[in-house]
Amino acid sequence: MSSLLNTSRPPVFCPGCSHERITRSLDKAFQNMKLSGGQIAVVTDIGCSGLFDTFFHTHAFHGLHGRALTYAAGIKMAQPGLNVIVTMGDGGLGIGGAHILAACRRNLNLTLLILDNFNFGMTGGQFSATTPSEAHVGSGFLNQLERPMDVCQVAISAGAAYVTRCSGYSKHLTEEIEAAIRFNGFSLIDIWGICPGRYTKQNRLTPQMITEMLSKLPSITGPVANNSRKEYNEHYRELSAGLEPVLPPKKVAVKFRPPEPGRQEVVILGSAGQRIITAGEILCIAGLTAGLRTTQKNDYNITVLRGHSISELILSPEKIGFTGIESSSVIIALSQEGVDRRKGLFGRLDDHALILKPPEINTPMSPAKIHLMDFKSQRIKPKDWALAALSVMAKLNKVIHNDMLRSALGFKFKDNTLASAMDLVERVDIT
Amino acid sequence: MPYALMEGNEAIAWAAAESGCRFFAGYPITPATTIFNSMLKILPPLGGICIQGEDEIASIGYCLGASMAGLKTMTATSGPGISLYSEHISFAIGSEIPIVIVDVQRLGPSTGSATRGADGDIQFLRWGSSGGLPVIVLVPVDVSDCYTLTLHAFNLAEQFRCPVFIASNKEIAMTRENIDIDSLEKPAIIDRTSPPTNHPFLPFEVAADRVVPYFLPIGGDILVRQTSSTHGPDGYITTDYDNIAKNQERLHKKLASGISRFSFHETILAENADTLLLAYGVSARAARDVYRKQKNRNRPVSLLILKTLWPVPDALIRETARKFKRVVVVEMNLGQYVREVQRILPDKSVEFIGQMDGRLINPRQIEEAIYHV
Repeated sequence: MSSLLNTSRPPVFCPGCSHERITRSLDKAFQNMKLSGGQIAVVTDIGCSGLFDTFFHTHAFHGLHGRALTYAAGIKMAQPGLNVIVTMGDGGLGIGGAHILAACRRNLNLTLLILDNFNFGMTGGQFSATTPSEAHVGSGFLNQLERPMDVCQVAISAGAAYVTRCSGYSKHLTEEIEAAIRFNGFSLIDIWGICPGRYTKQNRLTPQMITEMLSKLPSITGPVANNSRKEYNEHYRELSAGLEPVLPPKKVAVKFRPPEPGRQEVVILGSAGQRIITAGEILCIAGLTAGLRTTQKNDYNITVLRGHSISELILSPEKIGFTGIESSSVIIALSQEGVDRRKGLFGRLDDHALILKPPEINTPMSPAKIHLMDFKSQRIKPKDWALAALSVMAKLNKVIHNDMLRSALGFKFKDNTLASAMDLVERVDIT
Repeated sequence: MPYALMEGNEAIAWAAAESGCRFFAGYPITPATTIFNSMLKILPPLGGICIQGEDEIASIGYCLGASMAGLKTMTATSGPGISLYSEHISFAIGSEIPIVIVDVQRLGPSTGSATRGADGDIQFLRWGSSGGLPVIVLVPVDVSDCYTLTLHAFNLAEQFRCPVFIASNKEIAMTRENIDIDSLEKPAIIDRTSPPTNHPFLPFEVAADRVVPYFLPIGGDILVRQTSSTHGPDGYITTDYDNIAKNQERLHKKLASGISRFSFHETILAENADTLLLAYGVSARAARDVYRKQKNRNRPVSLLILKTLWPVPDALIRETARKFKRVVVVEMNLGQYVREVQRILPDKSVEFIGQMDGRLINPRQIEEAIYHV
């Protein structure tokens, strides 16, 4: 295969920059693998490593600093057959740290080449996540305060299945790159190099010194046995292949007439954990069985099993505008904190309105009728009170009737859940 | 008529699937999470991809990569996530990457109130990206709008190669409502346009009779370049002032030129009305109640509901307001879109009704403000 280098756009690196050598090794690796430009996407980060996409006749994607791995993942998931190569510097490594960890954990078949030259070259030699503390850099004394990170150790800890650390001057660089691309999973090569434009202006660093420094570190080369596992894309397809298609929510057949004409507004005032939202949904479905329009507006806090939970429900023969409650037909008051959150509602009630509540809940004075529901003596658990209150409403023929409620339960629930819900609404006593 | 019961977020997800969206990446955030939940149920069995990103920046980054590789993509978040999306929004604008972005607005600023609604991001969506180039923002009033506007959002993103926002609101997104998808008026599905085969392909070249470059995916037989840098037609960096200016102007004009095709709105005129209520999003529902209640009384009001906020439909607003003495803008913030209306109608009395406390503006408040009772 011939070179994929773009002869009309030759590399523009500083004389002596190790990036140039890496560019040529990457091209040789492509040639060895007999890849055409259409089989490759080169995704580049920002800085000098961000120039790589322009040097090759391949698909190319160049984006924002630190984010190259995110675009690469999107491309690879959409086009699993492509060889996706990411070039990133030690600057992008620091900025996009979360994306590196995610790529290691995910094991999507991408190849990340970290062109590690120990500083932000393009912007003036500032320190990066890999700059030695003793180096002289464009960030004054600040690098003395921070320790460089070992990206290979971090990658292995995060689950990377293939990690190599090597010198940009290694005789085997082409083979290292080719092996990483051939690996079926996420592969990372931390390639140490020299930045003559910035770093070595103030710090002594030679290829020989890089070799010596690497020889003092534990050798990290290739597949990480403990992290060996399925490739993400293949695993994704495997797990999703067994999933049944889902259908949009079904329409509710209209079978009944509502017990009362006109618009009905119902508020359920309760606490999180009392299944307020589910009861609200069932009331809406019951409304749909009678051909009514319906809305369910909910109000709760960010806490999960604590705090108030309120559902405002409108059932109307007309199209519904404002979804808040203006004048309730029914208020179901199931917890004191729910009532306290909406005290203002009670002042607007008229004498046609109905309040359903257990005896221990205090509600503000109003002209509304009060119907007490003694669920405790009926041995109904608090988590069932909201549904039980719907049954009280249905038995009183207020807003809904029994057929609407039973039909809604049949629509919403199946099997054991349906049986126990039916049993509950049956045994609720309104006397 | 039989209805299904759905919340706004579910409607957006189902419409996305119908539009051909096969890639979604998102990060859990109230009140947008149920879009992610729905896409995760819908897409994998269709052979589509749903990813939970490590953060919001990654989520939209995945989408940009997948979009350039040929898939229709969507992401969804709320205000704090839109803040993080910013760098990628400008990328999608400047480098013409189709994507639908749902902002389920919650009460801000900042993390604000996760479970309370607001329309506080309306100017932010327009101006919250570097470069200041225009975007399309569609705003649903109800669950049915969530469905149809999502279909339009994908069509616009594909046609114009740009990000399209759906500015939803907790009070629509997480409110369940009756919907009959079969009876909705739906647009035909539009896909991005491939170039003619008899011409060499340059990724950002614009044919003489078009305002948008043709699209080919990364990964196909013909090589495609994408870059966030200022680029020429070939997708390489350019420093040529004339080329740069020409492209920036085109990016500005490509949306303005199509505006009459996608200025979605409803105009509801009452006889003898001297006041025009202008509203959008969930507040338009209360405004519509006021119209209905007052239409047979002494002082009826007319109503303009905007469903495309950006680019601003200047001509539509000017034309509709012509006959009215007074225009009253209702929005769930402390005065954002009213600035645009005042700009367009400098010779009219433009009043404002707003609120930002997590509660909906109710019809009584609007009546009190317009009748000064």
